[in-house]
Amino acid sequence: MPKMQALSCRECGKEYPTRDLHVCELCFGPLEVKYDYEAIKGRISRAKIESGPYSLWRYHDLLPVEGEPTVGLYAGFTPLIRARNLGAFLGIDELYLKNDCVNHPTLSFKDRVVAVALTRARELGFETVACASTGNLANSVAAHAAAAGMQCYVFIPGDLEAAKILGNLIYRPNVVEVEGTYDDVNRLCSEIAGEHRWAFVNINIRPYYAEGSKTLAFETVEQLGWRAPDQVVIPMASGSLLTKIWKGLKEFEKLGLLDHVPTKLNGAQAEGCSPIATAYRQGRDFFKPVKPQTIAKSLAIGNPADGYYALKATAESKGAMETVTDDEIVDAIKLLAQTEGIFAETAGGVTIGVLRKLVKQGVIRRNDVTVAYITGNGLKTQEAVIDAVGRPIRIQPSLTHFTKTFGLKEGA
Amino acid sequence: MITVRIPTPLRTVTGGQSEVQVEGSTVSEMIEKLAEVHPGIKERLYDERGEVRRFINIYVNEEDIRFLTGKDTPLKDGDEVSIVPAIAGGG
Repeated sequence: MPKMQALSCRECGKEYPTRDLHVCELCFGPLEVKYDYEAIKGRISRAKIESGPYSLWRYHDLLPVEGEPTVGLYAGFTPLIRARNLGAFLGIDELYLKNDCVNHPTLSFKDRVVAVALTRARELGFETVACASTGNLANSVAAHAAAAGMQCYVFIPGDLEAAKILGNLIYRPNVVEVEGTYDDVNRLCSEIAGEHRWAFVNINIRPYYAEGSKTLAFETVEQLGWRAPDQVVIPMASGSLLTKIWKGLKEFEKLGLLDHVPTKLNGAQAEGCSPIATAYRQGRDFFKPVKPQTIAKSLAIGNPADGYYALKATAESKGAMETVTDDEIVDAIKLLAQTEGIFAETAGGVTIGVLRKLVKQGVIRRNDVTVAYITGNGLKTQEAVIDAVGRPIRIQPSLTHFTKTFGLKEGA
Repeated sequence: MITVRIPTPLRTVTGGQSEVQVEGSTVSEMIEKLAEVHPGIKERLYDERGEVRRFINIYVNEEDIRFLTGKDTPLKDGDEVSIVPAIAGGG
């Protein structure tokens, strides 16, 4: 029995074949993969998962591909780190960091979604892949396309960090820099996707692509010894990641791999681009789009596709949302680096900054088992911290000069 | 005349056309005129309360109408309107 039964509209339930479709033609609601959970329940178990490969493909039974994976075989299964120093600093006894800074091969959580999307795109017979991206996704699509021998177009906004641009060019895809914000890029790509038969991973392949994010939840549960955390803090751009972490936890519960999900979802945004958190604060179930203005460029989506569902999932879990300023983001990046030795990109600064606020507010309490998601690597967003980290101390190549500079006594 | 770009899910209503020309001095008037030529399109664009559906974005000359004056956003000869599904993108 195939595990994928159909694509079904999340709003009206209309079903479609499992092709490259992402929107319901009746109500424009998002299409989602409908699984045969009964069949999956019959073949999945903790033991089977534990004996699987050390990648996100150990959760193959819950991923929307038909055959064996062909792209992104080493993505996922990143470390879950017990953050004792940061926990002590903030006042949380059991704090963990899910460290996707070291995801393979492009150092962000996007390697998960792209592994799934490109494997599925190949199954559907595509030869060209594309994406609209704030940077990390483009890097991952470009790298995986190179390895898979696929044609590739990546579309990025005009103001990206240097390392994220270089991190595309090196793989030699067609890098299209659009004059405008990510939301402009996204609208344009939606229109291009209507004209060319390409696999746009986050447009016509989106129902498959987005499922890859569930593996962050699966890994967290498994690495915590098959328990769900009390609190999670998740950065929000489109809101898809938060929604899918919730779905992943619920699937494990439904399949009996978890007894109970006590988890509260906490969404983190930068103040300069916080349409979802603002709606949450105002008690609305819809958001108003904004024009982003923040150093957290990877989260700078002013018109978030899953904003509505992120609000819903957060409310369902009785979680919260918070925002941080650009200065707070920089402070949080430094705090994480200086307590745990992890250099996160700006999105990680947003997550840790919000974690810090929620602890201060008493929303996250000392004895809550808490997981913060660090989704990208700091070496890609060096511009954000370059003026906040000081300079090296320059000396002559002389022992005397060194000793004098540091005021050290010889032999001490 | 206004040029309206039609997304794939709506092309069943426009007989496969990806771009149509229509009159109209505001976005809502344009949609009324569109519905005269392509019956059924209005029901697809509006919800039961007569508002643009949650998962549809409308742009006038590349600007989201929610940054303008919504359905009342004025249109003039030569303007380009894009109707785009909201569910797209991320990261």
